[in-house]
Amino acid sequence: MRVRPAGDRAVLFEVADNAEAVHLARALRARGDLVDVVPGHRTVLAVWEGGDAPRLDGVSVESAPAPAEARLVEIPVRYDGPDLADVARLAGVSPEEVAARHAAGVYTVAFLGFAPGFAYLLGGDELLHVPRLASPRERVPAGSVAVAGPYSAVYPRESPGGWRLLGRSDLVLFDPQRTEPALLAPGDRVRFVAA
Amino acid sequence: MTSVAVLRAGPLLTVQDLGRPGLAHLGVPPSGAADRAALELGNALVGNAPGAAGLEATLVGPTLRFDGGALVAVTGADAGARLDERPLPPGVARVGELLELGPCRGGVRAYVSIRGGVAAESVLGSRSHDQLTGLGPPPLRDGDVLPLGLVTDCHEPLQHEPARRDELVTDCYLRVVPGPRDDWFAPAALEALTRTTWRVSPASNRIGTRLEGPPLERTRQDELLSEGVVTGAIQVPPGGRPILLGPDHPTTGGYPVLAVVVADDLSRAGQLAPGATVQFSIVTSVPIGV
Repeated sequence: MRVRPAGDRAVLFEVADNAEAVHLARALRARGDLVDVVPGHRTVLAVWEGGDAPRLDGVSVESAPAPAEARLVEIPVRYDGPDLADVARLAGVSPEEVAARHAAGVYTVAFLGFAPGFAYLLGGDELLHVPRLASPRERVPAGSVAVAGPYSAVYPRESPGGWRLLGRSDLVLFDPQRTEPALLAPGDRVRFVAA
Repeated sequence: MTSVAVLRAGPLLTVQDLGRPGLAHLGVPPSGAADRAALELGNALVGNAPGAAGLEATLVGPTLRFDGGALVAVTGADAGARLDERPLPPGVARVGELLELGPCRGGVRAYVSIRGGVAAESVLGSRSHDQLTGLGPPPLRDGDVLPLGLVTDCHEPLQHEPARRDELVTDCYLRVVPGPRDDWFAPAALEALTRTTWRVSPASNRIGTRLEGPPLERTRQDELLSEGVVTGAIQVPPGGRPILLGPDHPTTGGYPVLAVVVADDLSRAGQLAPGATVQFSIVTSVPIGV
């Protein structure tokens, strides 16, 4: 584990993989003296308020509390996205095969970012790990199920975006009125179910 | 309940408080006043709690009409505020009086604080408008009417205005801590960051301030795996032109961060106007507790 400064009120922990990042983030959050604990793909950003910096020298991946049983969230998808044919061509299989392979995987929420409730999912069939679009769309509809590089995701609301769109889901990924505004949290497991 | 009518909003007028810290892991930006010190001073001058919501005006201030008596203060950039022709701050507005602000000088954002605070809708614990995500009340438009909060929640106003902040000048110095990704750059890049007089691009907003100058040389061109970023981070896209992240920045980023502006200088960074110049100096002794 390596620790890098991120200004005078934050540090960035660099770890071996996403599982460690999720685990370390849990340990840091449990301390209760940090304003923000933000896992990334292979990092955790720890941010504190002004005043004295908290002692973080005892922090380690091993010190993290044992994870609760990972939640499994099922996301119903209509595989009728505008990029389904392109992804099929890139993967060298039929569009039906793309949908079947995407729905066969079990994914892990690596981290959230880009937009409120936007979860980066790792896992699934490597054949579907395709590059993002050369030029992003100005408008990607809310609920779009998309892939780019090693990730899958569902766009929580309409936004610009450069990922390839496989289909749509009606699930509400982010609602500021809910007790838990984001449907998905780091460490959760996800399955896509063809609807 | 007293309210305030927006007669002319100007280019960008938003409600801002101290934002939504603590939700970055959900992808929710911190948001909040870009010049936090100015908002807090304004709140002190009218006897509000430090985090009460006020109005953040950008480039040119608004014209407001009060439908009841209210104690008001204007802070931040000098927008030549006048309350029915009387100079401010702070001043007591009477029923029907107009508060008029003009173009911002010595900064880009002026703040209007009103005793009781602006009682716009709170979303995820904050009334701040977030330019990236649209969370919070939308930017104000001509004709909008804003309810005010209860003055019973207030304390004694700060009696005298503190000396004007001398750092509100057109050209500005900001202190930075190198990293976290300074090893993605040529050794000369950090030196170039501090040697260059950067100019603020007009394509700047609450999400980020774009800086014009010689490109900073990256030694790695591959994409960084997304990682958490803070307000004040100096992110460098492949073109080498740095972006200083503002309060509405995305919570994670895939561009390497060369250095981060120290927290005490962020309010000044929030006043960087298009065309203004900025220079950076390095602080190294940072107690990070590890």
